[in-house]
Amino acid sequence: MTDDRIILGIESSCDDTAAAVVRGRPGAANVLSSVVMGQAELHAAFGGVVPEIAARAHVEKLDIAVERALTEAEVGLNALDAIAVTAGPGLIGGVLSGVMLAKGLAAATGLPLIGVNHLAGHALTPRLTAGLEFPYLLLLVSGGHCQFLVVHGPTEFSRIGGTIDDAPGEAFDKAARLLGLPQPGGPSVEATARAGDPGRFTLPRPLLDRPGCDMSFSGLKTALLRARDSVVAAQGGLHAADQADLAAAFQAAVTDILTEKSRRALDHYAALGPARPAFAVAGGVAANGPIRAALQALCAQGGTEFVAPPLALCTDNGAMIAYAGLERAALGLADDMTLAARPRWPLDEASPAMLGSGRKGAKA
Amino acid sequence: MPQAILTAEPVDEAAMAALARQIAPRLKPGDCLLLDGPIGAGKTAFARALIRARLGRDEDVPSPTFTLVQTYDDGTTEIWHCDLYRLTDVTELAELGLETALDSAICLIEWPDRMGTMAPQDALSLQFDALADRHRVRLSGSKAWAERLNGLRHAG
Repeated sequence: MTDDRIILGIESSCDDTAAAVVRGRPGAANVLSSVVMGQAELHAAFGGVVPEIAARAHVEKLDIAVERALTEAEVGLNALDAIAVTAGPGLIGGVLSGVMLAKGLAAATGLPLIGVNHLAGHALTPRLTAGLEFPYLLLLVSGGHCQFLVVHGPTEFSRIGGTIDDAPGEAFDKAARLLGLPQPGGPSVEATARAGDPGRFTLPRPLLDRPGCDMSFSGLKTALLRARDSVVAAQGGLHAADQADLAAAFQAAVTDILTEKSRRALDHYAALGPARPAFAVAGGVAANGPIRAALQALCAQGGTEFVAPPLALCTDNGAMIAYAGLERAALGLADDMTLAARPRWPLDEASPAMLGSGRKGAKA
Repeated sequence: MPQAILTAEPVDEAAMAALARQIAPRLKPGDCLLLDGPIGAGKTAFARALIRARLGRDEDVPSPTFTLVQTYDDGTTEIWHCDLYRLTDVTELAELGLETALDSAICLIEWPDRMGTMAPQDALSLQFDALADRHRVRLSGSKAWAERLNGLRHAG
C-alpha cells in the first residue's frame, strides 16, 4: 500500500527502555519488532518493578534497543518514514534521554520527528491490536494509572473517571504484601484466591454508591489489614485457608468496584451513539481471570465488543509509541527540534488533574 | 533528643484528614515529615489531606508507590511526596534529587527506614498504626517541633 508508513518508536519514560518498528496505516498496522529492555530485572525484588531512576540507565540501553529493533524488523533507517518518541509524561531524565536520541536520529536522517504522549500510546493500542473504530471506551490501567477514557480520535481523549488514590495493580501488590504472598501481587493473589471463600470476610467497596466513574482502592488495604490482624489475634497466625479467604474477599471487592464503575462508564459512552461499540481494557488488570470474566459479561449484556490487548503491548513498549506516531503522521502532525520533554502531560487537558501527572524525575 | 509530642487516634479517614489540615499551615520549606508504619495504616491518606490543605484545592494526590516521588507546588513552596519502599540503595536518594529537596521543599516521606542515616535529624516523625477500630498517629520530634505544634488538638 502506498499510504503505508514505517515508524520507529522510542520509549524511555518509566522503568523500561524500549524501541519498536511498526508498519501500516491507522487501524491497520503491524508490529515488525518490539524490543523492551529492563524486564529481566523487573521481577527481582518487590512489586515486580525495580526503579531505574537514573537517566543513565536509559542512555546506556537506548542505542542498543533501537539497533535491535531495526535489525529484528529487517529495516534500515533509510526505510523509515518517521521517528516517534515518548515526550512525556514520566520521569524527566528518562524522557529526555529518549527525546535527545530521537532528535539526533531525525537530524542525521532528515526524517520527521514526532513527539508522543505516553498515555496516548497506551490509549491507541487497541487500534493497533484490534483495529477498533473511534470512539471507543478505554479502561487504562498501567503502572500507577487507572482511568476511564473515551477515545474520540488519535489526539482527542476525554477522561470520564479514574482512581482517586491507588491504582488496582498497586492495590494487588500491597494486598499480597499484607498476606505474605509473593510479588507481583496480581497473579499471586488470583492464584491464592482460587481456593478461598470470598464471603467469609466482608470488605468495603469504597465510592461504589457515589455517582460517576471515580474509584478508590486505598481504604481496601486498611480493611484487609484489619481483617488479617483480627485473624492473627484470634488464632495466633494466618493459615493457608485464611490467606485464601482474605485474597478471595479482596479480589471480589476489586472486581465489584471495577465492574460497577465500568457499567457506569459504558452508560456514559453509549450515550455518544458509537457505531461499533467497544470497551478496551489496557493493562495488567485484564490478565486477572475473575475481573476479565466480569467485564466480559458486562459487555456481553450490552452488546459491546470487549477487547484486551496482549499483555506485552499493555505494559510499556515502543510499539505503542510507534503506532501513536503513525496516527499522528497520517494527520500530518510532526514536531521540530524544539520538542521538549514534559514530566506532566495529562491526556485530557480539559479535565481535572489526574493520576501520574505529578511525577518528578531523576537527575540527568 | 526527639520527644513525644502528641498521640492522635483518628477514627476514620475524615478524622485523619482533620489532623493533617491542622499541621499543614504550620509547615515551611525545608521541613521534613517521616511517615512510618505498615501498609494500610493511613500514611498516604494523611499525606493526601496535608497536600490538599496546602494547595487549597481538591487536587488528585495519587500514591507515589510506583513513581517514587510526586511533587506539588502550593505557590510558596514545592511539596515532595515520596514513597521509598522500592528503593534498594541509599545512593538512589541522590538520583531522585531528594537531598536537594530536603533543603528547599516540604518533604513527606513514606518508608523512611530506607533512608538509613540520611534521614534528617530535625525531621518530624509520625508513626502510623491501624488499630481495630481507629488509626493511631504518634508524633515525635525536636523541642522546636513541639513548640511549633503547640496547641494542636487531639484528633479523634
